[in-house]
Amino acid sequence: MEDTGVEEAEVSGGAEFAPALVAADPHGHSVAVAVGPELRVFDLKAGSAVSLSDDSGGGSHSDAIRAISFSANGVLFASAGDDKLVKVWKTDSWCCIRTITSEKRASAVAISNDGLYVTFADKFGVVWLVTMGESGGEQELTDNKPVSILGHYCSIITNMKFSPDGLFIATADRDFKIRITLFPKKPLKGAHEIQSFCLGHTDFVSCIAFTCLSEGPSFLLSGGGDSTVRLWDYIKGCLLDTCQVSDKVGELLEPNETEDSNLAVADICLTNDGSLVAVAIKSLNGVMLLACDLIAKKLSFLKVITMEKCYIPTSLSSSFSADLLWTVMGASNMPNQATSQLFTRVKIIPHFKKDPLALCDHVPAVLEDSEVPHGEKLLLALQGSLDIAKQEEVLASVLAALKVSMHKMLVKKHYSEERREQRKRGRNDKKIKK
Amino acid sequence: MTRGDSANGGGASGQQQGAGKFPRKRFYRARAHSNPLSDSHFPIPISPDEVNLSQHYPRYFPSDEGEGRQGDAAVPRIRFADVGCGFGGLLVGLSTLFPDTLMIGMELRDKVTEYVKERILALRASNPGKYDNISVVRTNSMKYIPNYFRKAQLSKMFFLFPDPHFKEKNHRRRVISMQLLDEYAYVMEEGGIIYTITDVEELGEWMRSCLEKHPLFQAIPEEEIKTDPVVKLLCTATEEGQKVARNGGHTFQAIFRRISFKEE
Repeated sequence: MEDTGVEEAEVSGGAEFAPALVAADPHGHSVAVAVGPELRVFDLKAGSAVSLSDDSGGGSHSDAIRAISFSANGVLFASAGDDKLVKVWKTDSWCCIRTITSEKRASAVAISNDGLYVTFADKFGVVWLVTMGESGGEQELTDNKPVSILGHYCSIITNMKFSPDGLFIATADRDFKIRITLFPKKPLKGAHEIQSFCLGHTDFVSCIAFTCLSEGPSFLLSGGGDSTVRLWDYIKGCLLDTCQVSDKVGELLEPNETEDSNLAVADICLTNDGSLVAVAIKSLNGVMLLACDLIAKKLSFLKVITMEKCYIPTSLSSSFSADLLWTVMGASNMPNQATSQLFTRVKIIPHFKKDPLALCDHVPAVLEDSEVPHGEKLLLALQGSLDIAKQEEVLASVLAALKVSMHKMLVKKHYSEERREQRKRGRNDKKIKK
Repeated sequence: MTRGDSANGGGASGQQQGAGKFPRKRFYRARAHSNPLSDSHFPIPISPDEVNLSQHYPRYFPSDEGEGRQGDAAVPRIRFADVGCGFGGLLVGLSTLFPDTLMIGMELRDKVTEYVKERILALRASNPGKYDNISVVRTNSMKYIPNYFRKAQLSKMFFLFPDPHFKEKNHRRRVISMQLLDEYAYVMEEGGIIYTITDVEELGEWMRSCLEKHPLFQAIPEEEIKTDPVVKLLCTATEEGQKVARNGGHTFQAIFRRISFKEE
């Protein structure tokens, strides 16, 4: 937070690119990709693209979707974005059952483990809660409008997750903080009791993920703009281990790309048992795998799965049942990009599990397009096109945009001393008395 | 946010006068308000472990033996926080009332912080052995409270004559709100006391209603407030309080205790 580097600070208004997102249903029934205002869902059971329907009476997404999430049991799905809409879908019919209008742009969304509540965070750092389901007299009282349950003071919340036991809600923000709050039984009155703060990141926190062991304690992992992945005892708010991913990536990249700002962790994804961590890093064409030893509480570097030159995953997801790691690359809100061109590129890493017997030779590699489950049908549904050549072109521009996108939104703008003085002079509350 | 270093204005001249001389307010003219919402450009400790106590309380934490006493339960910790300490009147008053308690003032305005720093140094120099337990830090306590204090570290928090922010659109800038009370409750121990006072009736009601609504705070009975020696200082010790008294204004207090959470 020192006043050191002076970056070009004035950013043209619309330059906030929204990276494409991917989410896999926990049971492996379906997979969803969001790019810009478009939500693309593929039913892996039926092997066909899903056409979404809307019973909620609200509008459909009209601006970039910033967060998508399945509920723990896979029954519900939520999407939220810059158009200030939060939509909740039933995944059996892929019908939108609720559209909630937020006051501000939504930046994160989560569904409580029992599926009773949907929480979303807005760009002012406030977390709102709505009651789902028809049961419960409590909901009538509030007119079913979102109620604010907690807030990060004037900070963008970048990610929000429920702990596997459902007792806590974790929120990460751009002010380096992760807050662990007790999720009360009657959350409509707000979540006021803070269990801990996980402090240690030296830049924005971009993503968090809980390990979900069936027994034993659960832990929290986080990735951030300081290009670290960290392991936390979130009950105590205590940092257990830090893995500096930039050290490992450094040698793989061109020297001009190794600036720390380009090596922010974009997303992390865990295997079912939490022993393997996939890390998407801005500027890295591929996925880094870390081993996470929950007994020794250590993170260690395993390997980098390199992908083609211009494929930098923007989002990762896996489901409990299938050992597939879904990755997607794409962005919207690009300058000179027509909305019809919302291409994404989907790639799948198979055998995403830690196999102690075959760690060395049975290593995950990337599936060829022809090996993807349901092949072209799936790719066409999720990518929007199969025309590789045209895609390459789009992805190249996406690539350039991605390098700056997260930082433009999340990093504090630095102004030079002269620039600040100049801005002050322009303020009309300061009369010049000299 | 007025400047990046302290190489001009009152800060430097205060230092040149040498310790022992009291700073003069005329050299520390500052705006009355500062925007708590804007991005901060001053250093913030990443976590409470990084708060440099030897810099704040040199007598309690001689810098040469910093390593030896780590993890020791006997290590004193900051117990009182005066949020928005202004020119530090309350800290100075409390310092002699609780001579063995570490306390810190938090102030967002750079020049005001410089003034308080100089004031404390001058007090220490002219009263050897006293005022070693108070210090001040320039920070935005609405954003960074958890970066300075651990869970349940504080036994008293003070919010004296905060900015009223009348407009509804600016209510979120108020230093007492339901959301921020969550964080204050986190850094306060059970039984800790939060003191708020203002001369603005509207704000007084706001602060009281927030505290009443909050499940982790409970009003302290009137009789108990009367016997609390700190309460008298709220009006008399602070510059703002003295100003109100001079003008014959009313003040509105809300004094609450941090309680444990009970879910009905």
